Amino acid sequence: MIELIKVCKAFKGQKVLDNLDLKIEPEKITVIIGRSGGGKSVLLKHIIGLIKPDSGQVLVDGVDTAKLNDKELNEIRKVFGMLFQDAALFDSMTVGENVAFPIKEHTKLSKKEIDEIVEEKLLQVDLKNVTHKMPSELSGGMRKRVGLARAIALNPKIVLFDEPTTGLDPIMCEGIDKLIINTQNHTKATFVVISHDIRSTFKIAHKVAMLYEGKIIEIGTPEEIRSSNNPVVKRFIE
Amino acid sequence: MIRLLELAGRPFIIAVEESGRIILLLISVITWILRPPFRFRIIFKQMEFVGVNSIFVVLITGVFTGMVFALQSYYGFKMFGGESLVGATVALGVTRELGPVFTALMVTGRVGSAMTAELGTMKVTEQIDALHSMSVNPIHYLVMPRIVAAILMLPVLTIVSDFVGILGGYFVGVELLKINSGIFVAKIIEFVDLEDIFNGLIKAACFGLILSLIGCYKGIHTTGGAEGVGKATTQSVVMSSVTIFISDYFLTSFMF
Repeated sequence: MIELIKVCKAFKGQKVLDNLDLKIEPEKITVIIGRSGGGKSVLLKHIIGLIKPDSGQVLVDGVDTAKLNDKELNEIRKVFGMLFQDAALFDSMTVGENVAFPIKEHTKLSKKEIDEIVEEKLLQVDLKNVTHKMPSELSGGMRKRVGLARAIALNPKIVLFDEPTTGLDPIMCEGIDKLIINTQNHTKATFVVISHDIRSTFKIAHKVAMLYEGKIIEIGTPEEIRSSNNPVVKRFIE
Repeated sequence: MIRLLELAGRPFIIAVEESGRIILLLISVITWILRPPFRFRIIFKQMEFVGVNSIFVVLITGVFTGMVFALQSYYGFKMFGGESLVGATVALGVTRELGPVFTALMVTGRVGSAMTAELGTMKVTEQIDALHSMSVNPIHYLVMPRIVAAILMLPVLTIVSDFVGILGGYFVGVELLKINSGIFVAKIIEFVDLEDIFNGLIKAACFGLILSLIGCYKGIHTTGGAEGVGKATTQSVVMSSVTIFISDYFLTSFMF
């Protein structure tokens, strides 16, 4: 479903992705781990076409997104939902308007139908009575939940998570982990999670990929990663 | 020597590159205006922000501009007994120049800066990326409505500014400096053509395009967190103001 082949990307001469190859299995949770500033977010933005590679291919359902124009990219992006690091909620809109935004943009549903979907998605992320609140009135964890509700509003086939537990306390992290597992069980979508939180990674992942110096140096199930002999992987997960 | 030339030429190259990117943004906005959905609701909301919410500041600026212009021109004309021309001078100055330019500068300070700060904050907090990820083009959703609103509302604000400017001039000339009110008005009617007012409004629309285009451009290209938003906002106001003055000269030489 998603495949990156020999992807290279450099910013101001500094290589961030270096002939990176990665295949992401459909309907599974794949967590990409790696050190901070190591290019994980850049990799995620390549998958959704927010950044184009200098060379290589990014295949989504067999289509190379790097070669698409803006209009074609917008079509492909409709199969995606994305939860950004700080949720990226529109701060001029209420929680309800945020979740309703992609539905209003891409469907012709009535206001009543949209409101019902918004309620359903907010319940799915364990949020009640927040529809009329502004994002600034929410805690970090609640903002992420609203971000997730917005990301899954159109029932996307692929959901991307950029550091979903960063900046949250351990209890809140646990809540977000459970939410990711439950949502994936419920939607059966392909989840790609970027994280440097090892504890959380082993809890939620079906597959773990380690990004190091612009390449995926190891990929496997959590058990395979735990028993890896690669010294970089060992040092990172210990 | 080559290094020295490179250093000297760098600002020029940056300015040319930036101008090119602003023109590309304008072309993109023009293509998005013609494509559905037409975003009328957002355009009206922006028209309220640019126009209705700026009326008070434009009223104050306009009326005092007319008043001070009447006062200064009275002192000048009095030297050779030409006080009767104060009304026409104020009306011509306000409709042709002071109305459009001062309105644009006030709106740049109030609205252009807000556009940059708002879009800049959206950029650094990944809200613009979020729009992309939801298959919504930020130029269509954020930039186009702001530019359309500014082009439509600047002439309206300028009409208000022109009117209160002349009224301010009338108050100073007739009520305070005791110029005959009949002469004051008659000279305005004699010297000011509809074309003067109309050309002033065309200028205002051009200034609306300039301040909103630069405001949005600086906003969507903001980098570097809160500090970056501050820098972009300052640059936007300075760049818009300077561009308004430069373009004013060329528009004036072309129109009058």
